[in-house]
Amino acid sequence: MQTGLEEQLGLYQKRIPIFTRSVKGKFRRFKTTVLVLAYAIFFLLPWLPWSRPDAPAQAVLFDLPGRRFLIFGLTVYPQDVVWLALLLFIAAILLFFVTGLVGRAFCGYFCFQTLWTDFFIWIEHKIQGERPARVRLYRQPWNREKLLKVGSTHVLWVLASFWTGMTFVAYFTYAPQLVVDFVTGQAASAAYITVSALTISTYAAAGLMREQICTYVCPYGRFQSVMYEPETLAVHYDAKRGEAAHGRATVRAGRGIVVERRRAESAEPVAVDRRQTRLSAGERALAERHEKGLGDCVDCGLCVQVCPAGIDIRDGLQYKCISCGLCIDACNTIMDSFGFPRGLIRYDSEKNLASPNPTAPKLQWKRLKTIGYGVALILMSAYLVYSISTRGSYDRVVNQIRQPLYVVLSNGDIRNRYQVHITNKAAQDQTYVISASGIPAAALDLGNFREITIKPGHSGLVQASVRLAPELAEHTHRFELVITPRGKPGEARSETVRFDSPKEQHE
Amino acid sequence: MSEQKLQSQTVQTTGHAWDGDLQEYNNPLPVWWVYTFYVTVVFAIVYWTIYPSWPFGKGWIGGLSNITYVNSAGETKTHSWNTRALLMENLNKAAAEQKPYFDKIEAMSYAQIAKDPDMNGFILSAGKALFSDNCAPCHQAGGQGKIGFFPNLTDDDWLYGGTYDKIHETITGGRHGYMPTFGEVLSAEQIDQLANYVASLSGIGHDAAKAAAGNTLFHSETAACYYCHGADAKGRKEIGSANLTDNIWLWANVPGAATAEGKVAAIRGVITSGLNKGVMPTWGGRLSPEQIKVLTVYVHELGGGQ
Repeated sequence: MQTGLEEQLGLYQKRIPIFTRSVKGKFRRFKTTVLVLAYAIFFLLPWLPWSRPDAPAQAVLFDLPGRRFLIFGLTVYPQDVVWLALLLFIAAILLFFVTGLVGRAFCGYFCFQTLWTDFFIWIEHKIQGERPARVRLYRQPWNREKLLKVGSTHVLWVLASFWTGMTFVAYFTYAPQLVVDFVTGQAASAAYITVSALTISTYAAAGLMREQICTYVCPYGRFQSVMYEPETLAVHYDAKRGEAAHGRATVRAGRGIVVERRRAESAEPVAVDRRQTRLSAGERALAERHEKGLGDCVDCGLCVQVCPAGIDIRDGLQYKCISCGLCIDACNTIMDSFGFPRGLIRYDSEKNLASPNPTAPKLQWKRLKTIGYGVALILMSAYLVYSISTRGSYDRVVNQIRQPLYVVLSNGDIRNRYQVHITNKAAQDQTYVISASGIPAAALDLGNFREITIKPGHSGLVQASVRLAPELAEHTHRFELVITPRGKPGEARSETVRFDSPKEQHE
Repeated sequence: MSEQKLQSQTVQTTGHAWDGDLQEYNNPLPVWWVYTFYVTVVFAIVYWTIYPSWPFGKGWIGGLSNITYVNSAGETKTHSWNTRALLMENLNKAAAEQKPYFDKIEAMSYAQIAKDPDMNGFILSAGKALFSDNCAPCHQAGGQGKIGFFPNLTDDDWLYGGTYDKIHETITGGRHGYMPTFGEVLSAEQIDQLANYVASLSGIGHDAAKAAAGNTLFHSETAACYYCHGADAKGRKEIGSANLTDNIWLWANVPGAATAEGKVAAIRGVITSGLNKGVMPTWGGRLSPEQIKVLTVYVHELGGGQ
């Protein structure tokens, strides 16, 4: 069953803890930017005020008891559930689209598991130090220092987890009130349960389980592999260049390169001629290696040390890789320091890597699948925007009463009854006037409610009955009930309803 | 290195050999499984302390979670957690939530209730529930009744009157519709004449000569139909006698008969055997006054009332 070069895991193998080395580079910078932005939005959004006449002044509030979502100026009611369906559809298609183009970009840069793990590692790094220090701490017996450092790391993790849970709950109730209630023991039991569950799960997932979530728990990471195509850009190790004929080899000290690098670093900025010599030194070394049939990989192991999934990218594309690009940063740093060309590990496609004449990696979107996903994405997003922007200020449902379908009255007239259900989605009270077209005006009887005033977010029910003489009833099979919001004739909507009579029944 | 580990794991045995070479593997349980097991153990202990769990003596250990409810006899009871008590508690809660509405209903007049949109919504939902529980078995789910058995409440004909007060009176005190048997008093021919006359009142196909004879008979002392149905045959609401001139039929299944003869025959049947089955039970003691009030408005709205 061995399918790749990666190590086969024993079923009962104990997890080997991963201590990632920090690294600098454009992917690290991108990841940090995403992290800061995502955290800023997630943690601050519940605190953004937004004045509303009839609801708490919170910009984003998922008001479950009130059966509505308040999102800035938009109020979403349960009737708008199709938007949620669209949103989920768009999210799924976006995932397919992006994965087909650039692999597991979601996993590597945007997934909350990745973000929180990254943040937790950052805390760990700040307290316990760089990788060697953390490995040393891990191996040393429990003493005061270890207790203090590891203990404070876990305390901070729990605090971060707790605030994550609190923030999540703050989206469902007025945030400032929640914090006060939570501390004084007045908050709803659902709040305590949710905060505890999220604290525990965040702490466990981002602090303890980390890459195991991606490897063993998460289904998305696994099914994204079927979206890869030969043209998909993914984080790859250029094995041809790195291994050459005789494999990797470390750079031995005393060849001048390492010494040169150290000097160059201490004398930043490097003068142009110095840089020139360094480059030429790198070129010289490279030429020497190529002569011996050695690859460009200097086997420094940095790409493995920085990997949050604990894998060796040089073993090839593998399911554990979350495509975060940190190994690219690591490798580029090393290549730079030796004066070797960058991109030994890079975003590239399997097809390009396998071709005899590889070109510079580029985004290849001219594929049926990608274009199909793209079109679906655009259509669905456009429909969602259209649907939100053209939503009416009210919903209406007209039901004919079916028990009985019709009633014969004492003078032989036929009567049908209807229930008109109106939901006011506007922000203020609204009066609705109901009329009929296709039947004589006198035939419509609305009882005591010729018009009905409904509070925002509420529904109202009007009973309507229509009475027609037998001759007329015989020819009336359908008519229209017109609902007009008072003062907004442009928003009048008509609903076609059936009219049943005994003659129709016999047909 | 990992190969070695794999090796060492695969040969781990219990250390005992049967029949010389038969050994049992000693594979450890997966760690996640073991921890999940511990969590379930803790969960079980917590559960036992909260909910009824173990038999103890003649009873059982009730647990810390108690439910207090008021039963239908008005007694307050506290019981260890069970679904029956939970149901009672939920019913108490629902009743408490409905109470403001019922209180309002009690204080308002029928005219006020009918014009209040909030009350209208409450009547439509609470009334429907009450109607379905108590009235629908006879009058059917939509109040459409059943010809030959139970009156239709959705039409505009009211045997005893369709005002709020009359409907209230009907529900509270019940009704008993009665018509004597004429099969032994009148000849078959006379009954046929009467049936034709009654058919003529509603514009149903009939024998004109028989109807004319029936007309005389109707107003004569021999048959004395007019005693109850009135000289104009429009019925008398104070005794609940039927209006024979309209298109509404309760006892004779006239709409169900396809031919004119069939319709007349249906009327003949009622005259011949009379009826003593139009019994509506009394709801006065069974439903609370507010519930009857809700039902009154609901039924009034079904047929448009009077």
